[in-house]
Amino acid sequence: MANLPKTTSKGSAKTYDGLGIPLILPAWIIIGFFLVIPVAMMLVYSFLTKEFRGGVIWEFSIGAYDQFFFYRGLFGDSPPTIEWTYIGIFWRSIWQAGLATFFCLLIGFPTAWFIATRTGPNKTIWLFLITIPYWVNLLIRTISMKFLIRDNGPLNEFFLSLGLISEPLHIINTNFAVQLGLFYSYLPFMVLPIYAAVERYNFALSEAAADLYASQTVTLTQVILPTVKPGIIAGCILVFVPSLGAFLAPDLLGGAKNFMIGSLIEEQFKGAAGNWPFGAAASMILLSLVLIVLTFYARSQTKDQI
Amino acid sequence: MSKDNEIAVDIQNVTKMFGGFTALKGVSLDIRDNEFFTLLGPSGCGKTTLLRLIAGFEEISNGAILLYGQNIADLLPNKRPVNTVFQQYALFPHMNVTDNVMFGLLRLGQEKSKAINRVNEVLELVRLSDFADRMPSQLSGGQQQRVALARALAPSPKVLLLDEPLSALDLKLRQAVRLELQQIQVQTGITFIFVTHDQEEALTMSNRIAVLEGGRVQQVGSAREIYEAPENKFVADFIGETNLIDVNVSNLEAGKGSCILPGGEKITCSAARGARSGPGHLSVRPERIKISASSKSLLKGTAVRHIYLGTDLHIEVKLNTGGNVTVRMQNSTQIQIPDVGQSVGLDFDPSSARLLVD
Repeated sequence: MANLPKTTSKGSAKTYDGLGIPLILPAWIIIGFFLVIPVAMMLVYSFLTKEFRGGVIWEFSIGAYDQFFFYRGLFGDSPPTIEWTYIGIFWRSIWQAGLATFFCLLIGFPTAWFIATRTGPNKTIWLFLITIPYWVNLLIRTISMKFLIRDNGPLNEFFLSLGLISEPLHIINTNFAVQLGLFYSYLPFMVLPIYAAVERYNFALSEAAADLYASQTVTLTQVILPTVKPGIIAGCILVFVPSLGAFLAPDLLGGAKNFMIGSLIEEQFKGAAGNWPFGAAASMILLSLVLIVLTFYARSQTKDQI
Repeated sequence: MSKDNEIAVDIQNVTKMFGGFTALKGVSLDIRDNEFFTLLGPSGCGKTTLLRLIAGFEEISNGAILLYGQNIADLLPNKRPVNTVFQQYALFPHMNVTDNVMFGLLRLGQEKSKAINRVNEVLELVRLSDFADRMPSQLSGGQQQRVALARALAPSPKVLLLDEPLSALDLKLRQAVRLELQQIQVQTGITFIFVTHDQEEALTMSNRIAVLEGGRVQQVGSAREIYEAPENKFVADFIGETNLIDVNVSNLEAGKGSCILPGGEKITCSAARGARSGPGHLSVRPERIKISASSKSLLKGTAVRHIYLGTDLHIEVKLNTGGNVTVRMQNSTQIQIPDVGQSVGLDFDPSSARLLVD
């Protein structure tokens, strides 16, 4: 069974001999135009001087990076001290994204397991239900959530009418609201890759583990989780990375106190008050951070295979 | 061949239902200690279900299974002192051979330093010592099969369950592994319960065979008993090849009966339990029939077809009274082979024929 894909890929490699470059060219063009060039532009912009009405002056400067890491007083002439504001925003973003990933995994894994173990058309129905909210724009969904959880919104009214609480819960403009937003936005990105991994899982392995005296916990931790690990990691990356750069949920649900990187960057490019080089620099720092995490992951994966 | 007659697995009137479908209908079997016992039957006969009931992967609907006298109905699979060799091996893909084989030992609470000795021991038994560090994906089908066997043997189970473990191997390898399996069974003294649909596997390896069909046990016995003295049409037909000749049965008594052959000859031969007087079937194995030119033969007919099998030849003979009979002849220059279209007489020793129940 394991040999089948290998043989087919060998066969197709022969069939398409010499066609490799023409076949991959469209993908390269798309990646080049829509990924490499914009990122390169950001890199260049981050080293330019800001223009006050937005935009840039074509003059080399490391001012944007300097502003990110150091404070030089109101007039820029004091001795530099470390500027914690932006580092703090980054740290909070990483924490929030990490937390969102954790909760998505906590809820997403059992959900994915449940769907993957259904039979026949039920599977398709459950998958469809998971993806239904994605037919609605993220902005609209986030705003709806804002209305749902505000102090005199339906959620509070419902709890009040049940007598569970005596005064409205204050959820909006808290870290918890941001968490809720991120969790809701990205949960399917956790469920789908894990579903795909569990779907391929050979349940005879669980029987083999039980047959060899493993308890259910041991079967889960030593057989099931290691086998579906690629799906779990893919899900975590798919939730963590966009959560880190998210700006809708923190903006609309978190208020000013719960600022995240995404909102910080967004503000630099929005309206006349923006600072393009600073926004570009913040983006580059975020990108480097993500790349470092992914590189470590890729390293650990190749080590596993050897 | 078993040293004593202690019962290893006592299956008492077991019924298993899946929804409205009844997979096993009141199966009772005694599997003796230290026995190589085979459950043989076509696909869908319930043999794998019975194995899964013993392993604990399915729950019994009715009846009981006793393991060395203890009722195991309430024990989860991980509490039963039996191990399974799975059909597709089910090796843990993220563990190397050593870790796969050690898995059960560690779960039983053995220390790693002690377990490793046992791992080396069983890997030597299945001749895989050089592959201890390989991942399952780096092994051939035959090697994976032996890892699965080693993994199941490592915890020294009281009973080893084998679910068609040879079906994924090619023919040559299958024949070699058959002998190995049998040797390992004798060496370890563990009771083997082996599930297969391959009658040749069953005949060559087993001490005893249970033939299953339609969720019922059709016959239990040694290979010889089942082949030579089938109890019914299904068993006669499923194990080996046979000719079923329409006869008229009379004078049934003490396992014997008389019958009138289509040509009018009357013979006395052994009869299956439950055989009835009146129209019935006589089973005669193709290799037990001799072709002669004699006009006093038991059956007479015309050779209609030769089927070449290499070491043997099948001659299809159309009886003068209607119906076909197959004769198996050795492909030897010493024996005269009748031409197609030639009239022939067929003879057999009545003691090698058997009267069957439908």
